[in-house]
Amino acid sequence: MSRSPLPYNPKILELFRNPKNLGKMEDATVTAVAGNPLCGDMIIFYLKINDEGVIEKASFESYGCAANIATSSIVTEMIKGMKLEDAWNISWKSVIEAVGGLPSVKFHCGILAVGALKRAIRVYYKNKGVSPNWLPKEPSFEEKQALKEEELAEMLSKRMKTEEEK
Amino acid sequence: MILIGGECELATGIECRMIENVRELLKAHEGLKREVYLDIENSSMVPKEVIDAMLPYYNQRAYGNPTLTHKPGWEAFEAIMEFSQEIAKFLGCKTLEEVNFTPGETEANNLALMGTALSIKDKGKKIVISEIEPLSVLHVVDMLTKHGFSAAKIPVDSEGFINLRKLEDAIDKETILVSLSAVNHEIGTIEPIKEALKIVKDKNPETIFHTDASDAYGKIQFDVKELDVDLATVSSYKILGPRGIGALYVKEGVNVERILEGQIGTQKLWPGVENTPLIVGFAKASQLTFQSFRDNVDRVRTLRDRLIDGITRGISDVRLNGPKGDKRAPDNVNISFLRCEGEALTIELSLNGVYVSSGSACTRRLLQPSHVLVAIGRKFVEAHGSILMKVTRCHTEEDVNYVLEVIPKAVERIRGIVGSMEVK
Repeated sequence: MSRSPLPYNPKILELFRNPKNLGKMEDATVTAVAGNPLCGDMIIFYLKINDEGVIEKASFESYGCAANIATSSIVTEMIKGMKLEDAWNISWKSVIEAVGGLPSVKFHCGILAVGALKRAIRVYYKNKGVSPNWLPKEPSFEEKQALKEEELAEMLSKRMKTEEEK
Repeated sequence: MILIGGECELATGIECRMIENVRELLKAHEGLKREVYLDIENSSMVPKEVIDAMLPYYNQRAYGNPTLTHKPGWEAFEAIMEFSQEIAKFLGCKTLEEVNFTPGETEANNLALMGTALSIKDKGKKIVISEIEPLSVLHVVDMLTKHGFSAAKIPVDSEGFINLRKLEDAIDKETILVSLSAVNHEIGTIEPIKEALKIVKDKNPETIFHTDASDAYGKIQFDVKELDVDLATVSSYKILGPRGIGALYVKEGVNVERILEGQIGTQKLWPGVENTPLIVGFAKASQLTFQSFRDNVDRVRTLRDRLIDGITRGISDVRLNGPKGDKRAPDNVNISFLRCEGEALTIELSLNGVYVSSGSACTRRLLQPSHVLVAIGRKFVEAHGSILMKVTRCHTEEDVNYVLEVIPKAVERIRGIVGSMEVK
Protein backbone atom coordinates (compact mmCIF):
# COMPACT_ATOMS: atom_id res chain seq x y z
CA MET A 1 0.00 0.00 0.00
CA SER A 2 1.80 3.23 -1.15
CA ARG A 3 1.23 6.39 0.82
CA SER A 4 1.35 10.11 0.25
CA PRO A 5 1.54 12.34 3.31
CA LEU A 6 -1.80 14.04 3.81
CA PRO A 7 -1.31 16.66 6.47
CA TYR A 8 -4.84 18.03 6.67
CA ASN A 9 -5.01 21.43 8.37
CA PRO A 10 -6.87 22.08 11.66
CA LYS A 11 -9.90 23.57 9.86
CA ILE A 12 -10.42 20.38 7.83
CA LEU A 13 -9.94 18.25 10.92
CA GLU A 14 -12.54 20.34 12.77
CA LEU A 15 -15.05 20.07 9.90
CA PHE A 16 -14.38 16.33 9.68
CA ARG A 17 -15.04 15.91 13.40
CA ASN A 18 -17.98 18.29 13.57
CA PRO A 19 -19.44 18.78 10.10
CA LYS A 20 -21.93 21.63 9.78
CA ASN A 21 -25.30 21.21 8.09
CA LEU A 22 -25.04 17.44 7.89
CA GLY A 23 -28.04 15.32 6.96
CA LYS A 24 -30.94 14.88 4.61
CA MET A 25 -33.32 17.87 4.26
CA GLU A 26 -36.91 16.67 3.98
CA ASP A 27 -38.27 19.99 2.64
CA ALA A 28 -35.46 20.69 0.16
CA THR A 29 -36.42 22.65 -2.96
CA VAL A 30 -33.70 20.92 -4.92
CA THR A 31 -31.10 18.17 -4.48
CA ALA A 32 -28.05 17.32 -6.55
CA VAL A 33 -25.51 14.50 -6.49
CA ALA A 34 -21.93 14.59 -7.72
CA GLY A 35 -19.26 11.91 -7.83
CA ASN A 36 -19.54 8.18 -7.80
CA PRO A 37 -19.06 5.72 -4.95
CA LEU A 38 -16.83 3.71 -7.29
CA CYS A 39 -14.28 6.53 -6.93
CA GLY A 40 -14.80 6.59 -3.19
CA ASP A 41 -16.18 10.11 -3.51
CA MET A 42 -19.84 11.07 -3.65
CA ILE A 43 -21.83 13.96 -2.21
CA ILE A 44 -25.41 15.12 -2.20
CA PHE A 45 -26.52 18.69 -1.58
CA TYR A 46 -29.99 19.68 -0.34
CA LEU A 47 -30.97 23.32 -0.89
CA LYS A 48 -34.04 25.18 0.36
CA ILE A 49 -34.53 28.13 -1.99
CA ASN A 50 -37.14 30.88 -1.49
CA ASP A 51 -39.16 32.73 -4.15
CA GLU A 52 -36.55 35.51 -4.34
CA GLY A 53 -33.93 32.97 -5.41
CA VAL A 54 -32.11 33.07 -2.07
CA ILE A 55 -30.72 29.90 -0.47
CA GLU A 56 -32.38 29.76 2.93
CA LYS A 57 -30.91 26.47 4.07
CA ALA A 58 -28.32 24.04 2.74
CA SER A 59 -27.26 20.62 3.95
CA PHE A 60 -25.22 17.69 2.66
CA GLU A 61 -24.39 14.01 3.00
CA SER A 62 -21.05 12.55 1.96
CA TYR A 63 -19.50 9.22 1.11
CA GLY A 64 -15.89 10.27 0.98
CA CYS A 65 -12.66 11.20 2.64
CA ALA A 66 -12.06 13.94 5.23
CA ALA A 67 -11.41 16.51 2.46
CA ASN A 68 -14.68 15.60 0.78
CA ILE A 69 -16.60 16.01 4.04
CA ALA A 70 -14.88 19.30 4.91
CA THR A 71 -15.35 20.95 1.50
CA SER A 72 -19.00 19.89 1.32
CA SER A 73 -19.60 21.23 4.81
CA ILE A 74 -17.94 24.57 4.07
CA VAL A 75 -19.91 25.04 0.84
CA THR A 76 -23.19 24.66 2.74
CA GLU A 77 -22.00 27.36 5.14
CA MET A 78 -20.77 29.69 2.38
CA ILE A 79 -24.02 29.64 0.40
CA LYS A 80 -26.50 30.03 3.24
CA GLY A 81 -28.41 33.29 2.72
CA MET A 82 -26.81 33.80 -0.68
CA LYS A 83 -28.58 34.65 -3.93
CA LEU A 84 -28.29 31.85 -6.49
CA GLU A 85 -26.36 34.11 -8.85
CA ASP A 86 -23.74 34.76 -6.16
CA ALA A 87 -23.66 31.07 -5.20
CA TRP A 88 -23.03 30.21 -8.87
CA ASN A 89 -19.92 32.41 -8.83
CA ILE A 90 -18.24 30.42 -6.05
CA SER A 91 -15.17 28.73 -7.51
CA TRP A 92 -13.45 25.56 -6.35
CA LYS A 93 -10.38 27.64 -5.54
CA SER A 94 -12.36 29.79 -3.12
CA VAL A 95 -13.70 26.64 -1.43
CA ILE A 96 -10.19 25.26 -1.00
CA GLU A 97 -9.14 28.65 0.38
CA ALA A 98 -12.08 28.61 2.79
CA VAL A 99 -10.99 25.28 4.26
CA GLY A 100 -7.47 26.64 4.70
CA GLY A 101 -5.91 24.74 1.78
CA LEU A 102 -5.87 21.11 0.67
CA PRO A 103 -3.12 18.70 -0.38
CA SER A 104 -3.00 18.84 -4.19
CA VAL A 105 -4.17 15.22 -4.56
CA LYS A 106 -7.37 16.32 -2.80
CA PHE A 107 -8.20 19.36 -4.99
CA HIS A 108 -10.80 17.23 -6.77
CA CYS A 109 -12.84 17.17 -3.53
CA GLY A 110 -13.29 20.97 -3.68
CA ILE A 111 -14.07 20.75 -7.39
CA LEU A 112 -16.68 18.03 -6.77
CA ALA A 113 -18.40 20.07 -4.03
CA VAL A 114 -18.75 23.10 -6.32
CA GLY A 115 -19.82 20.80 -9.18
CA ALA A 116 -22.69 19.49 -7.02
CA LEU A 117 -23.70 23.04 -6.05
CA LYS A 118 -23.79 24.20 -9.69
CA ARG A 119 -25.77 21.14 -10.69
CA ALA A 120 -28.31 21.95 -7.96
CA ILE A 121 -28.67 25.52 -9.24
CA ARG A 122 -29.20 24.28 -12.83
CA VAL A 123 -31.79 21.74 -11.66
CA TYR A 124 -33.63 24.51 -9.78
CA TYR A 125 -33.98 26.68 -12.89
CA LYS A 126 -34.75 23.71 -15.10
CA ASN A 127 -37.63 22.75 -12.78
CA LYS A 128 -38.88 26.33 -12.88
CA GLY A 129 -38.59 26.40 -16.65
CA VAL A 130 -36.55 29.62 -16.72
CA SER A 131 -32.98 30.42 -17.58
CA PRO A 132 -31.51 33.61 -16.12
CA ASN A 133 -29.04 35.63 -18.21
CA TRP A 134 -26.13 34.96 -15.86
CA LEU A 135 -26.49 31.17 -16.06
CA PRO A 136 -24.16 29.96 -18.83
CA LYS A 137 -25.49 27.36 -21.27
CA GLU A 138 -22.16 25.56 -21.34
CA PRO A 139 -21.24 23.46 -18.29
CA SER A 140 -18.78 25.12 -15.90
CA PHE A 141 -15.30 23.73 -15.21
CA GLU A 142 -16.49 22.09 -11.98
CA GLU A 143 -19.52 20.45 -13.63
CA LYS A 144 -17.30 19.11 -16.41
CA GLN A 145 -14.81 17.73 -13.89
CA ALA A 146 -17.55 16.05 -11.85
CA LEU A 147 -18.83 14.42 -15.03
CA LYS A 148 -15.32 13.33 -15.97
CA GLU A 149 -14.82 11.67 -12.57
CA GLU A 150 -18.17 9.88 -12.85
CA GLU A 151 -17.40 8.68 -16.39
CA LEU A 152 -14.00 7.42 -15.29
CA ALA A 153 -15.60 5.43 -12.46
CA GLU A 154 -18.13 3.90 -14.87
CA MET A 155 -15.38 3.02 -17.33
CA LEU A 156 -13.29 1.30 -14.63
CA SER A 157 -16.35 -0.54 -13.38
CA LYS A 158 -17.24 -1.75 -16.90
CA ARG A 159 -13.67 -2.83 -17.49
CA MET A 160 -13.81 -4.87 -14.27
CA LYS A 161 -17.05 -6.54 -15.32
CA THR A 162 -15.65 -7.39 -18.75
CA GLU A 163 -12.56 -8.94 -17.15
CA GLU A 164 -14.76 -10.95 -14.80
CA GLU A 165 -16.76 -12.29 -17.73
CA LYS A 166 -13.54 -13.40 -19.46
CA MET B 1 13.58 20.33 4.50
CA ILE B 2 15.52 20.63 7.75
CA LEU B 3 14.03 21.15 11.18
CA ILE B 4 16.27 22.76 13.74
CA GLY B 5 15.08 23.21 17.29
CA GLY B 6 11.51 22.56 16.25
CA GLU B 7 11.46 25.60 13.95
CA CYS B 8 11.21 25.57 10.16
CA GLU B 9 14.61 26.18 8.61
CA LEU B 10 15.26 25.91 4.89
CA ALA B 11 11.67 24.78 4.42
CA THR B 12 9.48 26.51 1.87
CA GLY B 13 6.26 28.22 2.92
CA ILE B 14 4.18 25.21 1.88
CA GLU B 15 6.48 22.79 3.70
CA CYS B 16 6.30 24.93 6.86
CA ARG B 17 2.52 24.88 6.69
CA MET B 18 2.55 21.11 6.22
CA ILE B 19 4.73 20.70 9.30
CA GLU B 20 2.40 22.94 11.31
CA ASN B 21 -0.60 20.96 10.05
CA VAL B 22 0.96 17.68 11.12
CA ARG B 23 1.69 19.11 14.57
CA GLU B 24 -1.94 20.17 14.90
CA LEU B 25 -3.09 16.70 13.82
CA LEU B 26 -0.85 15.19 16.49
CA LYS B 27 -2.21 17.59 19.11
CA ALA B 28 -5.72 16.33 18.32
CA HIS B 29 -4.55 12.92 19.61
CA GLU B 30 -3.55 14.17 23.06
CA GLY B 31 -5.18 12.50 26.07
CA LEU B 32 -5.91 9.14 24.40
CA LYS B 33 -6.69 6.49 27.02
CA ARG B 34 -5.09 3.71 24.98
CA GLU B 35 -3.22 3.33 21.70
CA VAL B 36 -3.17 0.16 19.61
CA TYR B 37 -0.94 0.03 16.54
CA LEU B 38 -2.10 -2.52 13.97
CA ASP B 39 -0.56 -1.15 10.75
CA ILE B 40 2.23 -3.75 10.71
CA GLU B 41 1.82 -4.00 6.93
CA ASN B 42 3.37 -0.56 6.50
CA SER B 43 5.76 -0.23 9.44
CA SER B 44 6.07 -1.57 12.96
CA MET B 45 7.00 -0.73 16.51
CA VAL B 46 10.28 -2.28 17.67
CA PRO B 47 10.24 -4.05 21.06
CA LYS B 48 12.69 -2.88 23.72
CA GLU B 49 14.63 -6.18 23.70
CA VAL B 50 15.42 -5.67 20.01
CA ILE B 51 16.57 -2.07 20.50
CA ASP B 52 18.65 -3.05 23.52
CA ALA B 53 20.37 -5.71 21.42
CA MET B 54 21.13 -3.20 18.65
CA LEU B 55 22.34 -0.18 20.63
CA PRO B 56 25.86 -1.38 21.57
CA TYR B 57 26.60 -1.90 17.86
CA TYR B 58 26.19 1.80 17.14
CA ASN B 59 28.91 3.13 19.41
CA GLN B 60 30.36 0.53 21.77
CA ARG B 61 31.64 -2.20 19.49
CA ALA B 62 31.55 -3.45 15.90
CA TYR B 63 30.85 0.00 14.46
CA GLY B 64 33.59 -0.43 11.86
CA ASN B 65 33.39 -1.53 8.24
CA PRO B 66 33.42 -5.36 8.29
CA THR B 67 35.78 -5.58 5.32
CA LEU B 68 38.57 -3.50 6.87
CA THR B 69 41.62 -4.50 8.82
CA HIS B 70 41.17 -3.03 12.27
CA LYS B 71 39.52 -4.07 15.53
CA PRO B 72 36.09 -2.38 15.03
CA GLY B 73 36.03 -3.81 11.49
CA TRP B 74 36.83 -7.36 12.67
CA GLU B 75 34.24 -6.98 15.41
CA ALA B 76 31.68 -5.98 12.80
CA PHE B 77 32.66 -8.98 10.66
CA GLU B 78 32.28 -11.28 13.65
CA ALA B 79 28.88 -9.77 14.57
CA ILE B 80 27.53 -10.01 11.00
CA MET B 81 28.65 -13.62 10.66
CA GLU B 82 27.24 -14.57 14.06
CA PHE B 83 23.85 -12.88 13.65
CA SER B 84 23.45 -13.85 9.97
CA GLN B 85 23.70 -17.46 11.09
CA GLU B 86 20.64 -16.96 13.27
CA ILE B 87 18.56 -15.75 10.32
CA ALA B 88 20.02 -18.43 8.02
CA LYS B 89 19.10 -21.09 10.59
CA PHE B 90 15.50 -19.90 10.99
CA LEU B 91 15.09 -19.67 7.21
CA GLY B 92 16.49 -23.16 6.71
CA CYS B 93 19.51 -22.12 4.58
CA LYS B 94 22.31 -24.51 3.71
CA THR B 95 25.08 -21.92 3.80
CA LEU B 96 25.53 -18.39 5.14
CA GLU B 97 26.23 -17.07 1.65
CA GLU B 98 22.63 -17.79 0.72
CA VAL B 99 21.48 -14.84 2.88
CA ASN B 100 21.85 -11.49 1.12
CA PHE B 101 20.89 -8.48 3.21
CA THR B 102 19.10 -5.62 1.47
CA PRO B 103 17.49 -2.46 2.86
CA GLY B 104 14.10 -4.20 2.88
CA GLU B 105 11.44 -6.21 1.09
CA THR B 106 11.18 -3.76 -1.81
CA GLU B 107 14.89 -3.97 -2.59
CA ALA B 108 15.01 -7.75 -2.13
CA ASN B 109 12.13 -8.18 -4.59
CA ASN B 110 13.79 -5.79 -7.04
CA LEU B 111 17.03 -7.76 -6.74
CA ALA B 112 15.25 -11.09 -7.20
CA LEU B 113 13.36 -10.05 -10.32
CA MET B 114 15.77 -7.71 -12.05
CA GLY B 115 18.82 -9.73 -10.99
CA THR B 116 17.37 -12.96 -12.39
CA ALA B 117 16.16 -11.28 -15.57
CA LEU B 118 19.64 -9.85 -16.17
CA SER B 119 21.28 -13.16 -15.37
CA ILE B 120 19.32 -15.43 -17.68
CA LYS B 121 17.84 -13.09 -20.29
CA ASP B 122 19.35 -15.22 -23.08
CA LYS B 123 17.33 -18.28 -22.03
CA GLY B 124 13.94 -16.66 -22.37
CA LYS B 125 11.91 -13.51 -21.82
CA LYS B 126 8.79 -14.57 -19.97
CA ILE B 127 8.04 -13.79 -16.32
CA VAL B 128 5.00 -15.22 -14.52
CA ILE B 129 3.48 -13.64 -11.40
CA SER B 130 0.02 -13.50 -9.82
CA GLU B 131 -2.40 -10.59 -9.95
CA ILE B 132 -2.06 -9.98 -6.21
CA GLU B 133 1.68 -9.62 -5.79
CA PRO B 134 2.99 -6.61 -3.85
CA LEU B 135 3.81 -3.46 -5.85
CA SER B 136 7.56 -4.18 -5.49
CA VAL B 137 6.95 -7.21 -7.71
CA LEU B 138 4.19 -5.85 -9.98
CA HIS B 139 5.96 -2.59 -10.77
CA VAL B 140 9.33 -4.26 -11.42
CA VAL B 141 7.66 -6.67 -13.83
CA ASP B 142 5.89 -3.75 -15.54
CA MET B 143 9.27 -2.05 -15.90
CA LEU B 144 10.89 -5.23 -17.29
CA THR B 145 8.16 -5.53 -19.93
CA LYS B 146 9.33 -2.15 -21.25
CA HIS B 147 12.77 -3.71 -21.77
CA GLY B 148 11.83 -6.69 -23.91
CA PHE B 149 10.44 -9.10 -21.32
CA SER B 150 6.86 -10.37 -21.36
CA ALA B 151 4.64 -10.97 -18.34
CA ALA B 152 1.76 -13.29 -17.51
CA LYS B 153 -0.35 -12.42 -14.47
CA ILE B 154 -2.18 -15.43 -13.04
CA PRO B 155 -5.68 -14.76 -11.64
CA VAL B 156 -6.78 -15.75 -8.15
CA ASP B 157 -10.12 -16.92 -6.76
CA SER B 158 -12.41 -14.98 -4.41
CA GLU B 159 -10.21 -15.85 -1.41
CA GLY B 160 -6.97 -15.00 -3.15
CA PHE B 161 -5.79 -18.52 -3.99
CA ILE B 162 -3.81 -18.71 -7.19
CA ASN B 163 -5.33 -20.63 -10.09
CA LEU B 164 -2.86 -23.53 -10.42
CA ARG B 165 -4.29 -24.72 -13.74
CA LYS B 166 -3.70 -21.29 -15.29
CA LEU B 167 -0.25 -21.25 -13.74
CA GLU B 168 0.53 -24.55 -15.46
CA ASP B 169 -0.80 -23.23 -18.77
CA ALA B 170 1.38 -20.13 -18.48
CA ILE B 171 4.68 -21.99 -17.99
CA ASP B 172 6.56 -22.70 -21.21
CA LYS B 173 10.10 -22.95 -22.54
CA GLU B 174 10.39 -19.17 -22.59
CA THR B 175 9.55 -18.81 -18.88
CA ILE B 176 12.65 -17.76 -16.99
CA LEU B 177 11.09 -16.64 -13.71
CA VAL B 178 8.01 -17.18 -11.56
CA SER B 179 7.34 -14.96 -8.55
CA LEU B 180 4.49 -15.81 -6.17
CA SER B 181 4.06 -14.61 -2.59
CA ALA B 182 3.93 -17.39 0.01
CA VAL B 183 1.34 -15.38 1.97
CA ASN B 184 -0.56 -12.46 0.49
CA HIS B 185 0.42 -9.23 2.25
CA GLU B 186 -3.08 -7.73 2.26
CA ILE B 187 -5.56 -10.55 2.73
CA GLY B 188 -3.37 -13.20 4.38
CA THR B 189 -4.04 -16.02 1.88
CA ILE B 190 -1.53 -18.84 2.48
CA GLU B 191 -0.76 -19.84 -1.09
CA PRO B 192 -0.12 -23.45 -2.16
CA ILE B 193 3.50 -22.59 -2.91
CA LYS B 194 4.75 -26.17 -2.74
CA GLU B 195 2.23 -27.30 -5.36
CA ALA B 196 2.90 -24.21 -7.48
CA LEU B 197 6.63 -24.86 -7.37
CA LYS B 198 6.18 -28.49 -8.41
CA ILE B 199 3.95 -27.48 -11.33
CA VAL B 200 6.51 -24.93 -12.50
CA LYS B 201 9.56 -27.20 -12.16
CA ASP B 202 7.80 -30.20 -13.75
CA LYS B 203 7.00 -28.13 -16.80
CA ASN B 204 10.27 -26.21 -17.01
CA PRO B 205 13.04 -27.21 -14.57
CA GLU B 206 15.12 -24.24 -15.74
CA THR B 207 12.58 -21.67 -14.49
CA ILE B 208 13.73 -19.79 -11.40
CA PHE B 209 11.10 -19.71 -8.65
CA HIS B 210 11.00 -16.68 -6.32
CA THR B 211 8.64 -16.20 -3.42
CA ASP B 212 8.09 -13.06 -1.39
CA ALA B 213 7.94 -14.67 2.04
CA SER B 214 7.77 -11.43 4.02
CA ASP B 215 4.37 -12.38 5.41
CA ALA B 216 5.33 -16.04 5.87
CA TYR B 217 8.65 -15.79 7.74
CA GLY B 218 7.91 -15.98 11.46
CA LYS B 219 4.18 -16.37 10.85
CA ILE B 220 3.71 -19.80 9.27
CA GLN B 221 5.95 -22.83 8.86
CA PHE B 222 8.39 -21.70 6.18
CA ASP B 223 11.69 -23.40 5.34
CA VAL B 224 13.58 -22.67 2.11
CA LYS B 225 15.35 -26.04 2.06
CA GLU B 226 12.20 -28.05 2.70
CA LEU B 227 10.35 -26.04 0.06
CA ASP B 228 13.37 -26.13 -2.30
CA VAL B 229 12.63 -22.67 -3.59
CA ASP B 230 15.30 -20.76 -5.57
CA LEU B 231 14.82 -17.26 -4.17
CA ALA B 232 12.90 -15.93 -1.15
CA THR B 233 12.39 -12.44 0.23
CA VAL B 234 12.09 -11.77 3.96
CA SER B 235 11.58 -8.53 5.84
CA SER B 236 12.64 -7.47 9.33
CA TYR B 237 9.88 -5.07 10.35
CA LYS B 238 7.13 -7.57 9.62
CA ILE B 239 8.42 -9.64 12.55
CA LEU B 240 8.90 -6.52 14.73
CA GLY B 241 12.55 -6.02 13.82
CA PRO B 242 13.91 -2.62 12.78
CA ARG B 243 12.92 -1.04 9.44
CA GLY B 244 15.57 -0.68 6.75
CA ILE B 245 16.61 -4.30 6.55
CA GLY B 246 15.42 -7.40 4.76
CA ALA B 247 17.10 -10.22 2.90
CA LEU B 248 16.98 -12.20 -0.28
CA TYR B 249 17.67 -15.91 0.08
CA VAL B 250 19.49 -17.15 -3.03
CA LYS B 251 19.86 -20.92 -3.23
CA GLU B 252 23.43 -22.11 -3.70
CA GLY B 253 24.08 -22.41 -7.44
CA VAL B 254 21.36 -19.97 -8.56
CA ASN B 255 22.73 -17.02 -10.50
CA VAL B 256 21.46 -13.54 -9.75
CA GLU B 257 23.16 -10.42 -11.12
CA ARG B 258 23.81 -7.36 -8.99
CA ILE B 259 21.45 -4.50 -9.76
CA LEU B 260 23.47 -1.87 -7.90
CA GLU B 261 27.20 -1.30 -8.24
CA GLY B 262 29.72 0.00 -5.72
CA GLN B 263 32.09 -1.20 -3.03
CA ILE B 264 31.50 -4.89 -2.37
CA GLY B 265 31.65 -5.86 1.30
CA THR B 266 30.99 -9.22 2.89
CA GLN B 267 28.19 -10.07 0.44
CA LYS B 268 28.45 -10.04 -3.31
CA LEU B 269 24.87 -9.18 -4.33
CA TRP B 270 24.34 -5.90 -2.48
CA PRO B 271 27.15 -3.35 -2.44
CA GLY B 272 27.82 -0.78 0.27
CA VAL B 273 28.74 -1.03 3.95
CA GLU B 274 26.70 -3.61 5.83
CA ASN B 275 24.46 -2.11 8.54
CA THR B 276 25.61 -4.16 11.53
CA PRO B 277 23.07 -2.85 14.13
CA LEU B 278 20.15 -3.54 11.78
CA ILE B 279 21.38 -7.07 11.09
CA VAL B 280 21.64 -7.60 14.86
CA GLY B 281 18.09 -6.22 15.31
CA PHE B 282 16.72 -8.44 12.54
CA ALA B 283 18.37 -11.49 14.13
CA LYS B 284 17.13 -10.57 17.61
CA ALA B 285 13.56 -10.11 16.31
CA SER B 286 13.88 -13.53 14.60
CA GLN B 287 15.03 -15.13 17.87
CA LEU B 288 12.11 -13.63 19.78
CA THR B 289 9.68 -14.80 17.08
CA PHE B 290 11.01 -18.34 16.84
CA GLN B 291 11.92 -19.05 20.47
CA SER B 292 8.32 -20.07 21.24
CA PHE B 293 7.09 -20.21 17.67
CA ARG B 294 4.04 -22.47 18.15
CA ASP B 295 2.86 -20.60 21.25
CA ASN B 296 3.38 -17.24 19.56
CA VAL B 297 1.47 -18.28 16.46
CA ASP B 298 -1.39 -19.78 18.49
CA ARG B 299 -1.70 -16.66 20.63
CA VAL B 300 -1.65 -14.34 17.61
CA ARG B 301 -4.23 -16.52 15.82
CA THR B 302 -6.52 -16.37 18.86
CA LEU B 303 -6.28 -12.56 18.88
CA ARG B 304 -6.93 -12.48 15.12
CA ASP B 305 -10.08 -14.59 15.44
CA ARG B 306 -11.31 -12.57 18.40
CA LEU B 307 -10.94 -9.43 16.28
CA ILE B 308 -12.58 -10.95 13.19
CA ASP B 309 -15.47 -12.49 15.16
CA GLY B 310 -16.02 -9.34 17.21
CA ILE B 311 -16.26 -7.17 14.11
CA THR B 312 -18.24 -9.50 11.86
CA ARG B 313 -20.74 -10.35 14.60
CA GLY B 314 -21.00 -6.88 16.09
CA ILE B 315 -21.27 -4.68 13.00
CA SER B 316 -23.72 -5.00 10.12
CA ASP B 317 -22.75 -4.99 6.44
CA VAL B 318 -19.15 -6.11 6.76
CA ARG B 319 -17.18 -8.59 4.65
CA LEU B 320 -14.04 -10.51 5.59
CA ASN B 321 -11.51 -10.30 2.76
CA GLY B 322 -9.44 -13.47 2.29
CA PRO B 323 -9.93 -17.00 3.63
CA LYS B 324 -10.88 -18.09 7.15
CA GLY B 325 -9.15 -20.43 9.58
CA ASP B 326 -5.88 -22.23 8.89
CA LYS B 327 -5.63 -21.07 5.29
CA ARG B 328 -5.27 -17.48 6.49
CA ALA B 329 -2.07 -16.00 7.97
CA PRO B 330 -2.43 -16.03 11.76
CA ASP B 331 -1.95 -12.27 12.05
CA ASN B 332 -4.08 -10.91 9.19
CA VAL B 333 -7.44 -9.15 9.56
CA ASN B 334 -8.85 -7.43 6.47
CA ILE B 335 -12.47 -6.36 6.57
CA SER B 336 -14.63 -4.22 4.27
CA PHE B 337 -17.18 -1.98 5.93
CA LEU B 338 -19.92 -1.18 3.46
CA ARG B 339 -21.28 2.39 3.34
CA CYS B 340 -18.06 3.56 4.96
CA GLU B 341 -15.17 5.26 3.18
CA GLY B 342 -11.81 3.92 4.32
CA GLU B 343 -9.75 7.08 4.61
CA ALA B 344 -12.39 8.78 6.76
CA LEU B 345 -12.54 5.62 8.88
CA THR B 346 -8.74 5.42 9.37
CA ILE B 347 -8.70 9.05 10.55
CA GLU B 348 -11.63 8.52 12.91
CA LEU B 349 -9.94 5.40 14.32
CA SER B 350 -6.64 7.25 14.68
CA LEU B 351 -8.32 10.04 16.65
CA ASN B 352 -9.42 7.26 19.02
CA GLY B 353 -6.00 5.60 19.25
CA VAL B 354 -6.44 2.71 16.81
CA TYR B 355 -3.94 2.80 13.95
CA VAL B 356 -4.76 0.86 10.76
CA SER B 357 -4.54 1.26 6.98
CA SER B 358 -7.15 1.07 4.24
CA GLY B 359 -7.42 -0.22 0.69
CA SER B 360 -9.41 2.88 -0.21
CA ALA B 361 -8.32 4.89 -3.23
CA CYS B 362 -8.35 8.00 -1.06
CA THR B 363 -5.40 6.86 1.03
CA ARG B 364 -3.27 6.19 -2.01
CA ARG B 365 -1.12 8.42 -4.13
CA LEU B 366 -2.57 6.99 -7.34
CA LEU B 367 -6.17 7.26 -6.10
CA GLN B 368 -6.93 3.68 -7.14
CA PRO B 369 -8.34 1.05 -4.78
CA SER B 370 -6.28 -1.95 -3.64
CA HIS B 371 -5.39 -4.14 -6.64
CA VAL B 372 -5.55 -7.20 -4.38
CA LEU B 373 -9.17 -6.57 -3.36
CA VAL B 374 -10.14 -5.81 -6.96
CA ALA B 375 -8.44 -9.06 -8.11
CA ILE B 376 -10.47 -11.19 -5.66
CA GLY B 377 -13.62 -9.69 -7.13
CA ARG B 378 -14.47 -7.14 -4.47
CA LYS B 379 -16.52 -4.22 -5.76
CA PHE B 380 -14.83 -0.82 -5.70
CA VAL B 381 -17.05 0.31 -2.81
CA GLU B 382 -15.97 -2.75 -0.83
CA ALA B 383 -12.31 -1.95 -1.50
CA HIS B 384 -12.82 1.71 -0.53
CA GLY B 385 -14.31 0.64 2.80
CA SER B 386 -11.61 -1.91 3.66
CA ILE B 387 -9.39 -1.85 6.72
CA LEU B 388 -6.19 -3.89 7.10
CA MET B 389 -4.92 -4.83 10.56
CA LYS B 390 -2.18 -7.22 11.67
CA VAL B 391 -1.85 -8.49 15.22
CA THR B 392 1.50 -9.45 16.73
CA ARG B 393 2.87 -11.41 19.67
CA CYS B 394 3.21 -8.07 21.48
CA HIS B 395 -0.54 -7.34 21.37
CA THR B 396 -2.78 -8.30 24.27
CA GLU B 397 -6.39 -9.31 24.74
CA GLU B 398 -6.98 -5.86 26.26
CA ASP B 399 -5.69 -4.27 23.05
CA VAL B 400 -8.16 -6.30 21.00
CA ASN B 401 -10.99 -5.48 23.41
CA TYR B 402 -10.20 -1.79 23.05
CA VAL B 403 -10.20 -2.05 19.22
CA LEU B 404 -13.55 -3.83 19.39
CA GLU B 405 -14.88 -1.01 21.54
CA VAL B 406 -13.64 1.75 19.19
CA ILE B 407 -14.41 0.31 15.72
CA PRO B 408 -18.23 0.09 16.00
CA LYS B 409 -18.47 3.71 17.18
CA ALA B 410 -16.14 4.92 14.43
CA VAL B 411 -18.06 3.02 11.75
CA GLU B 412 -21.35 4.37 13.05
CA ARG B 413 -20.09 7.95 12.93
CA ILE B 414 -18.72 7.67 9.38
CA ARG B 415 -21.90 5.91 8.22
CA GLY B 416 -23.83 8.76 9.82
CA ILE B 417 -22.12 11.19 7.42
CA VAL B 418 -23.16 9.00 4.48
CA GLY B 419 -26.70 9.24 5.85
CA SER B 420 -29.44 8.35 3.39
CA MET B 421 -27.19 8.16 0.31
CA GLU B 422 -27.29 5.03 -1.77
CA VAL B 423 -23.77 3.63 -2.02
CA LYS B 424 -23.47 0.78 -4.51
